[in-house]
Amino acid sequence: MIGSLSAWGQGFVNGTQDNARPDWVSQVERVRDHQDREAFAELFRHFAPRVKGFLMKSGADATLAEECAQDVMATLWNKAHLFDPARASVATWIFTIARNRKIDLLRKQRRPEPEDLSWGPEAEPAQDDALALQQESEHLRRALSELPDAQRELIERAYFGDLSHSEIAAETGLPLGTIKSRIRLALDRLRHAMR
Amino acid sequence: MIRHHLTDDILLAYSAATLPEAFNLMVAAHVSLCDDCRARLEAFDAVGGAVLDDICDSVGMSDGALAATMALIAGGPPVGVPRAARRAGVLPAPLQDYVGGDLDAIQWRPVGMGVKQAILPTSKDAAARLLLIPAGAAMPDHGHGGLEMTMALQGAFIDAGERFGRGDVEVATADLAHTPIADIGEDCICLAVTDAPLKFKSLLPRIAQPFLRI
Ligand SMILES: [Zn+2]
Repeated sequence: MIGSLSAWGQGFVNGTQDNARPDWVSQVERVRDHQDREAFAELFRHFAPRVKGFLMKSGADATLAEECAQDVMATLWNKAHLFDPARASVATWIFTIARNRKIDLLRKQRRPEPEDLSWGPEAEPAQDDALALQQESEHLRRALSELPDAQRELIERAYFGDLSHSEIAAETGLPLGTIKSRIRLALDRLRHAMR
Repeated sequence: MIRHHLTDDILLAYSAATLPEAFNLMVAAHVSLCDDCRARLEAFDAVGGAVLDDICDSVGMSDGALAATMALIAGGPPVGVPRAARRAGVLPAPLQDYVGGDLDAIQWRPVGMGVKQAILPTSKDAAARLLLIPAGAAMPDHGHGGLEMTMALQGAFIDAGERFGRGDVEVATADLAHTPIADIGEDCICLAVTDAPLKFKSLLPRIAQPFLRI
């Protein structure tokens, strides 16, 4: 059970002054609160081909990847109330859904997941926490895109499950400490609200 | 207060989905108890999100894919197992899913010296078991071919001068001979995962060396 339209969905796209890409938070919120098909179609056009590409790079054939990408997007609709913008970008959230489907389909294994932590109906993440996390995600995305090609490919291949021991390099230079601290803060607030 | 955490390489491998099921279970169980590792894991997931969003080659969906997806949605959510919420008990929720309940649902089998074990049903490329070691007793010799991770769930064990309480994870490699001893005061229950030696080469060496650090 999720409360009515909350503050966190407002203004993220407008909140970034430069020509950064949309962060898709408001679209997920519109799906969550109003089952908005147009917002869903926007998400679908952006993410479904990426999920399909991700799954094919991970070893799925085109038919399976297509079917699975549809399934991932349907899951987004069904689980929109579980998205926490103070802890993940929309891209990250969709990545975790796609990754779990990949294990089901390609590895045929159960995927044990940590206990779920989510906001109850009476509390939601503060808007500035969500905004800060979304901005941090955008920084991370840019840092990744600005890495030298060879380094970026190593990271990409690690996430496709396509990296052998001897090919693993030492460091990436990605500013992961900042986003980790942001997530940690959000977890502390969430734990406090759960008490 | 957890003092012995998961390593970056294990968290990255969990995020990238390259670990055997038994090690996924260890990560899921520890992260359920440890918000530090949860934040580090979610940071690695954020890298995965950036890869998906930015540098992954997209592949066009078929005509009618959106309509097909809307039909899927109209069919209602799939009857799947919902992700586990926090549950009362000693075992974290992902472990309760494998055991079918909390401590009293564990089907213990004696392995000698008062020690008992319960092997959990995971894929064969690695093994997961719960161990019960009586207070003050030593874990029997349990040669492992490769990587072994042990996490205390109740009580504590002591190994090589370090104490491992609830949530603490000890990582041992094949060349490390070690003998955990349950702390006095309470029987120790822990989760131990080991890679099966025969399958070791296929899955774990790729994560043996971290390349993303937090
Ligand atoms: Zn930890």
